Amino acid sequence: MSVLVYTESENGSFKKTAFEVVSYAKAIATELGTTLTAVSINASNTSQLGVYGADKVLEITNDSLANFDSQAYADAISQAATSQDATVVVLSQTANAKFMAPLVAVNLEAGYVSNVVALPKSITPFKIKHSVYTNKAFSLTQINTPVKIIGLGKNAYGLHETSAAAVSEAFSPTLQQSNTKVISVDKATDKVTIADAEVVVSAGRGLKGPENWGMIEEMATILGAATACSKPVSDMGWRSHGEHVGQTGKPVAATLYIAIGISGAIQHLAGINSSKIKVVINTDPEAPFFKAADYGIVGDAFEIVPQLNEKLKAFKAQNA
Amino acid sequence: MKILVCISHVPDTTSKINFADNDTKFDTNGVNFVINPNDEFGLTRAMWFKEKQGASVHVVNVGGPETEPTLRKALAIGADEAIRIDTPATDGYSVALQLADVAQQGGYDLIIGGRESIDYNGGMVPGMLAKMIGANFVNTCISLEIEGSSATAIREIDGGKETLQTTLPLVIGGQKGLVEESDLRIPNMRGIMQARSKPLHVKQGVEQSPRSQATTFEKPAPRGAVKLVDNVDQLIDLLHNEAKVI
Repeated sequence: MSVLVYTESENGSFKKTAFEVVSYAKAIATELGTTLTAVSINASNTSQLGVYGADKVLEITNDSLANFDSQAYADAISQAATSQDATVVVLSQTANAKFMAPLVAVNLEAGYVSNVVALPKSITPFKIKHSVYTNKAFSLTQINTPVKIIGLGKNAYGLHETSAAAVSEAFSPTLQQSNTKVISVDKATDKVTIADAEVVVSAGRGLKGPENWGMIEEMATILGAATACSKPVSDMGWRSHGEHVGQTGKPVAATLYIAIGISGAIQHLAGINSSKIKVVINTDPEAPFFKAADYGIVGDAFEIVPQLNEKLKAFKAQNA
Repeated sequence: MKILVCISHVPDTTSKINFADNDTKFDTNGVNFVINPNDEFGLTRAMWFKEKQGASVHVVNVGGPETEPTLRKALAIGADEAIRIDTPATDGYSVALQLADVAQQGGYDLIIGGRESIDYNGGMVPGMLAKMIGANFVNTCISLEIEGSSATAIREIDGGKETLQTTLPLVIGGQKGLVEESDLRIPNMRGIMQARSKPLHVKQGVEQSPRSQATTFEKPAPRGAVKLVDNVDQLIDLLHNEAKVI
């Protein structure tokens, strides 16, 4: 018996979610009285994982895994889990982790629960809380299979350091020829993604047109934030679909979500519900967003946002 | 080309979420059910394959008779035949297992599911189904073109997109982008009339036991009232000293 955690990396460096899933998986391993093994693919600096509680790191180094391939990655993680006799496998909820987790579940004949928000409520039977109805509710779900797969929601647990040191060993999975090839990747490397961002600056129809997004992008730059938008804005083509936040768009689990000129339709609010602090700036004091926010300013975005940008710049300069 | 579109029957996006029977069951009282939005984008893309490339389109759902109006709506939009697997949709794994049975018997080239259903948000059925039947799989798919037995798909990744080349048989987890919101079709009277006479097969489910099951539900704790401030200095002060997020 052991706990296995998949630690995702990009260009060799671990993502922040990797440290969060290790912290979380360590707590489960402790509860079960067993050890925690992390598995990494083409990552360097694996000793970092020991800081968050990994006892052992299985390092997979393989050029054929340079691009993400759901089948190959799922097979590699599954074989690592089997080699460690893992009864609990923990993954994050990044796009790639969500892509492969169902395949790992079939490989390991395991029950899989996604969007998990807390440590298991009980171990026997194994019950765990996860968000459902797009963050409008939680379900306490029981997993009946010997092997359990947990998809931990972003920022659901946080980072917890321990003083353990991890032992690294090489691991070579047996991989099949893949039928799927990556032709091209189109990704802005200079921008913070919504998935990685701690702060998200989002704007809606109140901005009147795509030409007015300069001040939103400026705020994002000042705060090191990602930009996002409401559904009407993406439907009208003012901003790309990749920025659409809400029930049919992306979920946002940021520490700070700033909504500018967004009225707060129920579908939008559902998508941002797991963000910690929400700020709303809107001319209409009756906008539903004010009921869902922590802080608000009733006023015109075209007056307030430039002022806020100036003050934030000064604040950042002072607190740098 | 034979296409199977998996349709989940879900509360519409504006529904108030409540639970019944000591919070063990979703309260369907006053709730309007619709085709899961992610599935509807896929169904509309399937209609284009039908019209431009002569594909046949079947739709399938796992659930009781109460889900039939949702399947009839899919037929009214233009699907040729519907299949209802008469067993409760419990966990994602059992749904995938039921669908795998239909998928294998039907010999479909392309199976379109949604990235996730907007009720349980499991995001696991298409991937599990693909693995069970040994098909290729593309998740969060925002564009799909098929020529012969080869497929070019674009998927959304964190912070961008990725173009993939793969082969049929293929399963996708689709979402907005496969078609746009403005491409979605509202069934017209002719479609609704025709749907009444299209085949809706009811099939017994395969026997299996669920790998997981929901025990109880709860709603998020009610939040405190918003703090309204008059100026940006106050806001920055609160974010820094009270919320400690900047």
